Amino acid sequence: MRLSRRSTNLLRLAVGIGLAFIYIPLIVLAIYAFNASNTTAWPPPGLTLDWFPKAIEEEFAREAFVTSIKAGTIATAIALVLGTLASLAVARHRFFGRETISFLVILPIALPGIVTGVAFNNTFTQVLGIDLTLFTVIVGHATFCIVVVYNNVIARLRRVSASFEEASADLGAHTWQTFRFVTLPSMRTALAAGGLLAFALSFDEIIVTNFTIGPGEETLPIWIFRNLFRSQQLPIVNAVAVIVVLLSIIPVYLAHRLTREEGGAAGGRGAGRGDRAGKAEGGGVETEATAIP
Amino acid sequence: MTTEAVAEKRSVGRRLAGLFHGRPRLQVGALLAGPLGWLVIGYLGSLALLLVAAFWTVSPLSGELDKTLSFESFEILFDEPVYRDIVVRTVTIAALVTVTDAVIAFPIAFYMAKIASRRMKAILVVAVLLPLWSSYLVKVLSWRTMLSADGIINWALEPFGLTGPEFGNTAVWLVMSYLWLPFMILPIYAGLERIPNSLISASEDLGASPLTTFRRVILPLSFPAVVAGSIFTFSLTLGDYITPRLVSNNQFIGNVIYNNISTNLPLASALALVPIVVMIAYLLVARKLGAFEHI
Repeated sequence: MRLSRRSTNLLRLAVGIGLAFIYIPLIVLAIYAFNASNTTAWPPPGLTLDWFPKAIEEEFAREAFVTSIKAGTIATAIALVLGTLASLAVARHRFFGRETISFLVILPIALPGIVTGVAFNNTFTQVLGIDLTLFTVIVGHATFCIVVVYNNVIARLRRVSASFEEASADLGAHTWQTFRFVTLPSMRTALAAGGLLAFALSFDEIIVTNFTIGPGEETLPIWIFRNLFRSQQLPIVNAVAVIVVLLSIIPVYLAHRLTREEGGAAGGRGAGRGDRAGKAEGGGVETEATAIP
Repeated sequence: MTTEAVAEKRSVGRRLAGLFHGRPRLQVGALLAGPLGWLVIGYLGSLALLLVAAFWTVSPLSGELDKTLSFESFEILFDEPVYRDIVVRTVTIAALVTVTDAVIAFPIAFYMAKIASRRMKAILVVAVLLPLWSSYLVKVLSWRTMLSADGIINWALEPFGLTGPEFGNTAVWLVMSYLWLPFMILPIYAGLERIPNSLISASEDLGASPLTTFRRVILPLSFPAVVAGSIFTFSLTLGDYITPRLVSNNQFIGNVIYNNISTNLPLASALALVPIVVMIAYLLVARKLGAFEHI
């Protein structure tokens, strides 16, 4: 678009202010993690590295970290399976109510998290009579993680033509072989990206977790939430918070790299791999193909 | 393994594969059984039970649930002005946050999609993406520190004889606008990317000023994307109870739900229906406006 120099500069200024708005709070938080005093007064009277070893030694924070990893891993695994199945159905088949599936998958993140939290809390404690544990946390997390996997995989499936799968079937591959050697390789990076994002989402979640977690357990965000009102704990909380930011950025960045690299070349590369895998399996497929006519 | 065992094992898989072959309905059924079971029975089922729980009551003496039909919770919600205030406050802040984010996000998204070089575009996408996924609670915590009486905002404003908003509704509006901004930037960016540059060139070649091109071409085409972003900014604000707790002393819908969940579940459930009803209405309008293409 052709814009005057002045308009372009105004836009640049808006972008600069926007990015400053996004990043200043994160930078301020990082500075507080090195704050020598344990008050919130700005500017900090001095800087220290003491809080990080203390944060790492903090036993409950470490337990909470392990709990978060467990919850995130299992929730991601469930979301990967369910999200992939749903996206395969929607992308590769026509059936009554197909559009509704997308709506249904989006619903847990389109409705406020608190609704999911209260609804599961009520179902578990009042209707099913289950105690709130890590299991109930995982059920809640998996529910809103499905959409992340679903969106990533379906975007990939729409780019990779279904004719590759048809060709595979025409060449005599049965349902599993086509999935194993054609469909799966073409969506491998989308699965990885979806899984990483789902994990990041779960690792960070607190709104639903608060309603589905048992009294004796803590995920890392819950630990932060329960400790940030204790003023003597605040510097340690700040240090843990910085560690959490750094840890949660890694999967997101990796996921972005994965989907980006595939970007425009996704169809070609993914399909190419499927093709090669098909060739590797060539012997078996060929004999079958000749057996059919 | 003997060859027979291999043949045996293979034949089970084969037989299943054969069963699915040429039966698309069976394939769809098998693919959807898991996800639909989880989302319809587990999730929608829970939402339905939430609706049912809203019609229960709690005995004021024993605190035990009476699971018989009653409209008591709804009567409390409608009759007590305090709840009306809370609902109005929450929806107002949600609307303000949505408008604020749309205004801040649009220029950034526009620059990313139509002005920036390829390299710059890639950098900006990552710059916006990273904070989106990371550490909601940490960001609120940071704002709590910045907004506190001796925090950086008051420190920065002091030379001008001003004070910051400190804790209160303004702080909630500011922090929520901050939190959900990336949710607005990314759909608008994607929506603007979809507008072919040739359309913009055509408008310019036909003599339209940049403002006219923006108003008559770019804005109508990107509006569904703005609506898509607004679904998130609006919905996330409606349900948030952590931010109000950390940067204000005011009650929002989420706080009342959170505070009542263990003592008065029916009231919490009835109140949770408010964001559900508001969001379903919002989603239906959004769908009409074509926003679902952009989620």
